[in-house]
Amino acid sequence: MKNEQGHHKTGKKYGMVIDLDKCTGCGACMVACMAENNVPFKEDETNKLDNIMWMRVYRMSNGKPFPDADICYIPRPCMHCEAKHGHSPCVSVCPATATDYSHETGIVSQIYTRCFGCRYCMAACPYHARYFNWWDPVWPEGMKNYLSPDVSPRMRGVVEKCSFCFHRYQLAKDKALTAGHREIEESAYQTACTQACPAGAITFGDLDNPKHAVYKLKHDPRAFRLLERLGTNPKVYYVTDREWVRWMADNYQDQEQKAKG
Amino acid sequence: MKIDRRGFLSLGVGAAAGIVVTPLPWKLTDDLSIWTQNWPWTPVPADGEKAYAKSVCSLCPGGCGISVRKVEDRAIKIEGIEGHPVNDGGICILGLSGLQTLYGPTRVKQPLMRSGNRGEGRWQKVDWDTALAEITKRLAEIRKAGQAHTVACVAGSDQGTVPQLLKRFLAAYGSSNFIRTPSIRDSYELAFKTMQGSEASAGFDLFNSDFVLSFGSGVIEGWGSPVYMFRANSELRGKGKIVQIEPRLSNTAAKSDKWVPINPGTEAVLALGLAHEIIKESLYNKEFVEKYAAGFESWEDAKGQKQKGFKDWVLENYWPASVANITGVKPAVIHELAVSFAKASKPVALCGRGQGNTPVSLFESMAIHALNALVGNINQKGGISAVPFADYINWPKAPADAVAEAGLQQPRIDGAQSDPFASRYLLNRVVNAAESGKPYALQALLVWEADPIYTLSGSAAVKAAFDKIPFVVSFSSHMNETAQYADLILPDHFYLERYQDIPTPLGMAVPSISLSRPVVKPQFDTKYTGDVLIQVAKGIGGNLAEAMPWKDYEQCLKETLGDHWDKLNAKGMLIAEQYQPPAWDKAFKTASGKFEFCALTAIGETVSIEGDKESYPLTLIPYDSMRLANGFIGDPPFVIKTVSDRILKKKDIFVEINPETAKQYGLADGKSAVLETPRGSARVRVNVFEGIVPGVIAMPRGLGHKAYDKFLAGKGLNVNEFIGSVEDPVSGLDAAWGIRAKLTIA
Repeated sequence: MKNEQGHHKTGKKYGMVIDLDKCTGCGACMVACMAENNVPFKEDETNKLDNIMWMRVYRMSNGKPFPDADICYIPRPCMHCEAKHGHSPCVSVCPATATDYSHETGIVSQIYTRCFGCRYCMAACPYHARYFNWWDPVWPEGMKNYLSPDVSPRMRGVVEKCSFCFHRYQLAKDKALTAGHREIEESAYQTACTQACPAGAITFGDLDNPKHAVYKLKHDPRAFRLLERLGTNPKVYYVTDREWVRWMADNYQDQEQKAKG
Repeated sequence: MKIDRRGFLSLGVGAAAGIVVTPLPWKLTDDLSIWTQNWPWTPVPADGEKAYAKSVCSLCPGGCGISVRKVEDRAIKIEGIEGHPVNDGGICILGLSGLQTLYGPTRVKQPLMRSGNRGEGRWQKVDWDTALAEITKRLAEIRKAGQAHTVACVAGSDQGTVPQLLKRFLAAYGSSNFIRTPSIRDSYELAFKTMQGSEASAGFDLFNSDFVLSFGSGVIEGWGSPVYMFRANSELRGKGKIVQIEPRLSNTAAKSDKWVPINPGTEAVLALGLAHEIIKESLYNKEFVEKYAAGFESWEDAKGQKQKGFKDWVLENYWPASVANITGVKPAVIHELAVSFAKASKPVALCGRGQGNTPVSLFESMAIHALNALVGNINQKGGISAVPFADYINWPKAPADAVAEAGLQQPRIDGAQSDPFASRYLLNRVVNAAESGKPYALQALLVWEADPIYTLSGSAAVKAAFDKIPFVVSFSSHMNETAQYADLILPDHFYLERYQDIPTPLGMAVPSISLSRPVVKPQFDTKYTGDVLIQVAKGIGGNLAEAMPWKDYEQCLKETLGDHWDKLNAKGMLIAEQYQPPAWDKAFKTASGKFEFCALTAIGETVSIEGDKESYPLTLIPYDSMRLANGFIGDPPFVIKTVSDRILKKKDIFVEINPETAKQYGLADGKSAVLETPRGSARVRVNVFEGIVPGVIAMPRGLGHKAYDKFLAGKGLNVNEFIGSVEDPVSGLDAAWGIRAKLTIA
């Protein structure tokens, strides 16, 4: 556990670059994620404060009047923050060690059986990426048939969130080991949302590996991250040509501007 | 007993030591931690051998290749096939939720016979023998009574073996009433027929275009083959321009390079306004127009009468100032748009609003197609082409006996195909025909992969028409609105349980065949519709049995596909890679052998919608979203979960209006209002949106289901209930693009 330095050198930093100009707001990533990760659903899902959506697509508007109005969609998975020493906002507050930062992959984990539902992590997360199970999941007649054995269904009272499809990493790692490779190929480990995106807007890979597409994309001058100045060091980058979208990446800027006058 | 200080202390120490030594608290803590991790009420999905089964999605005509992950015999996840020509790994939101519809409670699990009143939802479960005996008996009776022509069939497609079997069954039975559900296909097919003389569907080479001029087509809203178009849209980024002409800032408009807001229903006028500028500036493709087009210049006909050509007609009638007046698009914008479109090297103009689930008037599809002709981008790289229909079904003509011949002599119930400008199928007219009993009363209706009660405009009238049809049979594998209103449901296998041939995906420019292969075994007591037809034909006997000589549907499909069968089983899709659209000198099968502009000048103007301006000062238009399936399958739970709370809040639907309109009528954002159209009224909530033309109300399509489960039923309103069908006088198609409406404070 203390031998983190060694891990830092060999470890990977999986992350995502999302092209907001390609994103169509179609919602395929949201459903790909729910289908992959046994995410439950309930009769009324219009209260967006209590619905579980690991990958959520937000709709933003430039606030300009007709006909200069513009909208943009922004998919928001867990940012898998890596603040100093891996102290992501949620990891440092968890009293149950139910969420942890992996120096092997750079993924912030969530261990459902350890979580006792205090929701400190939800309060700490600046991205609203964490969701609480207010109810036990109920699948309608017959629908348990499609549940995947790779991801355990959760119960009432625990917090859950995007895992960058960590089970896919495990499968890819097992496969690579069986085949005698040391390295997991870029294409061998991709998240469900990346794979599904019909517009090809999401790119996933090791942010530190120059051979991976994300490495180049994150250095795009148009790339930015959400609430960057909080120092959370998120692993999800966004790319857009639209200045107003970049500006909204920090939603406090507007208020500050107004306060300054 | 007296306890002194010493005794008290020693007792305390002793108790403390005892607690430490005894295993009980540790045991309890351990038990507690195990117990809290023990969730017997949450399911533990069974593990097992994993495998992938490949197939083709047929939830829409998009034809995406899918790879279904399985654990033992359970399908657990649907993914797109990487490298597939249509979707290359991508998959849409509905395709991803396919397993919820496969396993979910909305499936029709066995044949059902109505036991209560129509639509009451009371059913008698019957076995297949009883169900087949019932349909055979009813159809035989109608035939015997000399009423064979009064049986009609509504299908979601007219391509592929199942629709062709339905058509063949009807032909041998004695009816020509095979009707495809309406969509923009009808408009395109008709425009091709009248202007190019070809029987074909439209293909678009958007990947190679550099200027896409879309007249309201939701390129990223599900228009054409959805995922293919999404990919083209991404591919075009940085390489080409997309201009979206639409009354509403749709996702396509927001993602385009330029959004041109337009008054709804005036797209054709704008197209001709652009033609005016292109002709005036002499920017049209001279080679194409002079050598391969007819009716461009004015001419003298055989009688010596002067006939006005397209050029003079446009130059006289479509001045930018007057076009601006009608469309609301400024003359300068019209001019700039026309010039940049004509100057692009591979421009293409698209037609069909939103997902293209409703046809447009023939005038509109022709006006927009005329733009493609002006820039000469027909059958060219990056342009539009007429893709021939699949030709692999070569069955001999169905044998007809005297009854069949008499039946086929009768006119079609919808009067379709009656003149060169009339559409091939006119489902909208069936509603009136069934209601009025003219030209004859329908005795039976078979419905396959269609949900007319939900999808046709003027739902109340559609329902009333259904009430007049004594025998309605649905082949739906789900309890949708039409199935709910049927007398007999003969559930087909669902797409993941069956073989099915799928012709060229909508909007793709190269002909192909795909084959859906079963991914899981049938989950319920369902049957191929093809098998039902073969068995009913055998039951009725005579020429019907001769027309359907196959043992079963799979044999029919296998024989029909012939050499392709093995290849399709292995590859899933066969593309005519050598296919090149014919060159201009061979492309046009019209009387003149050229592209005919004159077809357009011969017909009337745009279709006006129902309702008068005085009582209904606003205009209601529907809009489409990828997150709201609105065809023969409704939203599965996953998809409805993604719908914004600015579209649906609890059971309330939101309609979008411009802030200016909201102010004018005293409506506030989020508040209730009463929407009223000539077809009905209901309570809605208001979404004040800067991205919509003033005076227009936009309502999402795909909500307001009365069938399905609690996850979908009763949420929001079905926009089709508020819009009346308006017939295009030329083609006969329902070209209603909206309806007059008013919105008042609730």
